[in-house]
Amino acid sequence: MTVESTAARTSRRSAGSKAGTSGTKAAGTTGAKRTTRTTAKKGAGAEPQLVQLLTPEGKRVKNAENAEYAAYVADVTPDDLRGLYRDMVLTRRFDAEATALQRQGELGLWASLLGQEAAQIGSGRATREDDYVFPTYREHGVAWCRGVDPTNLLGMFRGVNNGGWDPNGNNFHLYTIVIGSQTLHATGYAMGIAKDGADSAVIAYFGDGASSQGDVAEAFTFSAVYNAPVVFFCQNNQWAISEPTEKQTRVPLYQRAQGFGFPGVRVDGNDVLACLAVTKWALERARAGEGPTLVEAYTYRMGAHTTSDDPSRYRGDEERQAWEAKDPILRLRRHLEAAHHADEGFFAELETESEALGRRVREAVRAMPDPDHFAIFENAYADGHALVDEERAQFAAYQASFTDAEGV
Amino acid sequence: MAAEAETVKTASVKAVPVKNMALAKAINESLRHALENDPKVLVMGEDVGKLGGVFRVTDGLQKDFGESRVIDTPLAESGIVGTAIGLALRGYRPVVEIQFDGFVFPAYDQIVTQLAKMHARSLGKVKMPVVIRIPYGGGIGAVEHHSESPEALFAHVAGLKVVSPSNASDAYWMMQQAIQSDDPVIYFEPKRRYWDKAEVDTEAIPAPLHKAQVVREGTDLTLAAYGPMVKLCQEAAAAAAEEGKSLEVLDLRSVSPLDFDAIQASVEKTRRLVVVHEAPVFFGSGAEIAARITERCFYHLEAPVLRVGGYHAPYPPARLEEEYLPDLDRVLDAVDRSLAY
Repeated sequence: MTVESTAARTSRRSAGSKAGTSGTKAAGTTGAKRTTRTTAKKGAGAEPQLVQLLTPEGKRVKNAENAEYAAYVADVTPDDLRGLYRDMVLTRRFDAEATALQRQGELGLWASLLGQEAAQIGSGRATREDDYVFPTYREHGVAWCRGVDPTNLLGMFRGVNNGGWDPNGNNFHLYTIVIGSQTLHATGYAMGIAKDGADSAVIAYFGDGASSQGDVAEAFTFSAVYNAPVVFFCQNNQWAISEPTEKQTRVPLYQRAQGFGFPGVRVDGNDVLACLAVTKWALERARAGEGPTLVEAYTYRMGAHTTSDDPSRYRGDEERQAWEAKDPILRLRRHLEAAHHADEGFFAELETESEALGRRVREAVRAMPDPDHFAIFENAYADGHALVDEERAQFAAYQASFTDAEGV
Repeated sequence: MAAEAETVKTASVKAVPVKNMALAKAINESLRHALENDPKVLVMGEDVGKLGGVFRVTDGLQKDFGESRVIDTPLAESGIVGTAIGLALRGYRPVVEIQFDGFVFPAYDQIVTQLAKMHARSLGKVKMPVVIRIPYGGGIGAVEHHSESPEALFAHVAGLKVVSPSNASDAYWMMQQAIQSDDPVIYFEPKRRYWDKAEVDTEAIPAPLHKAQVVREGTDLTLAAYGPMVKLCQEAAAAAAEEGKSLEVLDLRSVSPLDFDAIQASVEKTRRLVVVHEAPVFFGSGAEIAARITERCFYHLEAPVLRVGGYHAPYPPARLEEEYLPDLDRVLDAVDRSLAY
């Protein structure tokens, strides 16, 4: 209910906001014009209008409004669609395994992406190898697309490191827990790309909660002023732990972009094809020197915020049930089946692969050793620090004192 | 000054190795040298471009190196540091300016939460060669938020290095070294000393960045200071000498790491230590020095380590800052108290 009523209120606001529309035109971008139009027609009580290429029933949507985006997935083959489906299924399986591992005490915490697979796989598959990704702490699906081994993501949740993978290995930055901070890093990185004269692009992930952070506003300002090649990909999953989106904003989030002078688009975040298309479009804009774009992927966090959270304290089952009908994996499966792009053999094989992935992750986590005690001091500095050296030696002497006592 | 103007002209032709210049000019020359020698070095901040900074420390740099390398930023400190982190990830070496000490706190989160920890979080894969320049300290009759000394708030954070030059020569060389560092360095500039001149040898072999230097030898007591307070301690030592007291003055130069070996060596000789800084003494760098030197030199000390610094009160309005800041009398008073033990 919360979602629908929010949408109704915000759409009335935008429909009456002619001044905002003309202000967008001043930014001189076709994208901004189009997105304003997308919501302006919304009637009260309806679903928020957004770019959609696949309905929840799996039907392909073709209309004038999404045509420009649809062009970016015109070359998607049945094989590609099966690939997207496989990505989402495996990501969900990995995520479920991680949740189970937390329940079994193997992980200290897990932040599930359940329900956001389409937003992450669609946008992640839109990136090029030389693009750079700045995630929050929930972008397990994007990490998958970037080729980061899923087990690498679990180190910080198990408590054996605070990040632990080489960000430059897959151009996938470390998870950022303090929300919104990474949007500035992404902007700075994008400014560097522009200075280098490269045509790579950057994508920064954040959520509806982080949209309230000052850093996000500053990232919008800097990226707009320097025309940085960055896509801000906001997964509006409706909930910032217990706070619904209306506690963060009085306007649809994608409309924030207008005030900063770049386009914003709202896309159906449970539609992997639409997320792929819109993100490709936004990344192409960045590569072409047209500056930043805000993409709001309208989705739903079907699970808890993290394994420490209890959503029953702040939201009802009926809301989740409504979103389950729009499940991102289910809708692509319906499409694949209706179009005869996949047979029972494909799904069965994928099921086997999923179970194998779950097993591999489980075994890898259980085999993950605790770090050496001296890892406390490792990498505090790149060039060393006298105090760290002194304290490491003191720590070593202290540890050795126990060894001596038992050493007999 | 004519000499300065000449220096600027000749710099691009053939650098004269030894020049007499103001501390602010020395930083300017150092930034210029870094921009010339490494295309990855960037200068960023509010008003650093066309204006040359509110203290003119970056004067002329944008004109010579362009807007792409000497960058006037939006007025958002978190954004300045946050984008500098991103630029460093891309391989750049940004030198960012925070216009005044009291303006750094909007960037504090990015500095403490992100910049300081990135190297460790990546298990050493990522380096953060970012220099944050902060004009700091009082004594210039400024309005609120323009006279603070927040160095201890940064020294407390693992992953950061904190330095503060006291003279033009150190200002030049310590900036070179800070830019070359693969760790983030907070470079506190003693704004009341910006106009103090000294000889700078741009072809010298500099002392290591984090080593203290004895700037006056003595036998009766050690005065330890950094940044703006070094000159005051030298003046105090000169005044004490007239009364027959021999004070050693140690320019610490680096607040993190602190050169405890140098302090220890001096204290083992003089057996007395007074630490002077503008920052409040409560939880200040003097407190850390007192604790560690007490551990290291317990049997050498003839008196407890004393501290002279700011009070546990907001930095006062300009008409009161003379009462708040350490001055010659307060330093000498502490010297007398130490010698009385």
